[in-house]
Amino acid sequence: MSPSAFLSPVAEGLRRGLPIMLGYLPVGFAFGVLAVKNNIPPALAVGMSVLMFSGSGQFVFASLWGAGANALSIIAAVLIVNLRYLLQSAAETPWLSALPRLQRFLLGLGLTDETFAVQVTALQQGWSYNLTTLFVCNHSTQLAWVSGTGIGAFCGELVRDVKPLGLDYALTAMFLALLVPQCVSRLHVVVALFTAVLSIAFRGVGMSQWNIALATVIGASLGVWLLRRRDHSPRVCSVHTSADPDTNEREIQRGRHV
Amino acid sequence: MSDSSAYPSGLLLCLLGSVAATLLPKVLPLTFLKGDSLPPLLRQWLSFVPVAVMAALVGPDVFFYEGQFNASTSNLFLMVALPSLLLAWWSKNYFLTIAFGLGLVILARATGMY
Repeated sequence: MSPSAFLSPVAEGLRRGLPIMLGYLPVGFAFGVLAVKNNIPPALAVGMSVLMFSGSGQFVFASLWGAGANALSIIAAVLIVNLRYLLQSAAETPWLSALPRLQRFLLGLGLTDETFAVQVTALQQGWSYNLTTLFVCNHSTQLAWVSGTGIGAFCGELVRDVKPLGLDYALTAMFLALLVPQCVSRLHVVVALFTAVLSIAFRGVGMSQWNIALATVIGASLGVWLLRRRDHSPRVCSVHTSADPDTNEREIQRGRHV
Repeated sequence: MSDSSAYPSGLLLCLLGSVAATLLPKVLPLTFLKGDSLPPLLRQWLSFVPVAVMAALVGPDVFFYEGQFNASTSNLFLMVALPSLLLAWWSKNYFLTIAFGLGLVILARATGMY
């Protein structure tokens, strides 16, 4: 995922967005079909994709609306499933704090699980951000999401099955390709395995709206706890001066060169 | 506005609330947190969020196949994810890993294995 030095900022944004677009088209399509099935007018389904741009939140909305849930419980469910955005948005701030507030706000609007994963990986790998690239990546993927929704909502019966194309696996394939470079040290591998198991377990016991945010909070806390415990143990203290804010950055640097 | 009566007003209200419930978590931290002056402990914690959130997303994606928890060989996504992980580790190539995974899924379905 290293940024290419040969591409224009627009092309670089499109390059990053491409695998996401491949995934968003069929998932957006599936949302459009489901929304209409659940008594949401097609135009409103498209409007949801423009305004919300949130896969899981929109699916929760459509299925609860179809089941006749009341407005407050639908909004609460959408909020719970979207709590992970708080974490992702906060995690991007150390890199983007030099930007004017309006631009950070606009970048926040384009945040999804997928754009977050792509952007933050590039930032971690030392990419000094380019606004054009960030916005092109965010909103080219949104265009795919909205287009998919429109096709699904207005002519869902025209497309039979996306399964032979393998596109229902596209986003999972992308997350795997981004998760591995995240594992820059043994500590990160431990956090990844622990969080994945926890998230599966939470979903297994029926917490399918809470599982991502809750597992992430616990997993990141485990990471900090392990890091601090290691840095405060006598053997390691002779190497590290103290647990300063950059310890983890050093950890990442070291991991990359191993 | 003339056709707004075609939409149940409850639906529009619910949509408005859900848009807020989606956009506020996305924009509030980025807009109002000063990322470079956060307490060290919080910054350290946030540095683990990317790896944790991606693992939290991909774990259920792989292990819940067709809506059911499935850790057996009949789970196509799990069977594809395992070699994809190895390839990602060795090749460190983002696009190759995605293409390999999609290719395996297409192949498995085209040959009728899944």
